[in-house]
Amino acid sequence: MTEMQNISTDATDDSWEVAGHRFTSRLIVGTGKYKDFAQNAAAVEAAGAEIVTVAVRRVNISDPNQPVLMDYIDPRKVTYLPNTAGCFTAEDAIRTLRLAREAGGWELVKLEVLGEAKTLYPNMVETIRACEVLAKEGFKPMVYCTDDPIAAKQLEDAGAVAIMPLGAPIGSGLGIQNQVTIRLIVEGASVPVLVDAGVGTASDAAVAMELGCDGVLMNTAIAEAKDPIRMAHAMKLAVEAGRQAYLAGRMGRRKYADPSSPLAGLI
Amino acid sequence: MTTPISLTINGEPRRTSATTIAALVRELGLKPEKVAVEHNGEIAPRSTLEQVRLADGDQLEIVHFVGGG
Repeated sequence: MTEMQNISTDATDDSWEVAGHRFTSRLIVGTGKYKDFAQNAAAVEAAGAEIVTVAVRRVNISDPNQPVLMDYIDPRKVTYLPNTAGCFTAEDAIRTLRLAREAGGWELVKLEVLGEAKTLYPNMVETIRACEVLAKEGFKPMVYCTDDPIAAKQLEDAGAVAIMPLGAPIGSGLGIQNQVTIRLIVEGASVPVLVDAGVGTASDAAVAMELGCDGVLMNTAIAEAKDPIRMAHAMKLAVEAGRQAYLAGRMGRRKYADPSSPLAGLI
Repeated sequence: MTTPISLTINGEPRRTSATTIAALVRELGLKPEKVAVEHNGEIAPRSTLEQVRLADGDQLEIVHFVGGG
């Protein structure tokens, strides 16, 4: 009983684990689309995020003195999760993550293999193929995928350490389009499930957590808010609120009213 | 003095007198500990950057982390 009470009143005890790494924050944020690195760093702080996604790109050899991400967000304090954004084949994604590992020794990575530029929808055949190769090479892939419970199981079999279905297309801000499939993925998974992509505002993040997801990953919802730092804080609160509501267990749904005040003793 | 050699770095031609990858990276104004290097299609492990010797015609990709979602 004591333990239950601690869980319900103290959010900081409610940590989660992926591939042996333990985290308190269930909000992972991206580092793209911000006005500048300072704003990005402030948003990460306001979000309370312990993991940030980063992309791997060619250095600018004509202007090597430009500020770099690592000068603002310290990879010794915040876990860098290298992604494969922009990769449309398994080979490109694998090559990108091999380089990412060399750039900093990361095994925990975010795999995404995209199917087309218009929707940025995942190509699951290529994604599963890349996941198998990466897992064999010792990587711990957290995998962006369709909200398909069967594909999610196949990814787990392929060595995914986390399943990260889209709530809606990347950067769309449309919110979670199919709560049924997200919930089916959560129920079927034996690894953490995080909604990745599609969140537009705080209530969307709360919905993801209320469905039982272990976390939420977002970038544009924060970066393109009018006040990104305030939105980062809102997302932190929403993820925590949604998680607590999930643990608390919501009431049942009724078709008609049920009074909260007693009927007995009415004058 | 070594004779300059011609390389392709991130798709761009470049001439250098650097003899190792680490020396080249520093010549470009970058820190070897903040980049990853692919040398003729193969990853050059960071621990070997000071030793791997460059040859005329080598192809290099030098990458680092940037913001992304």
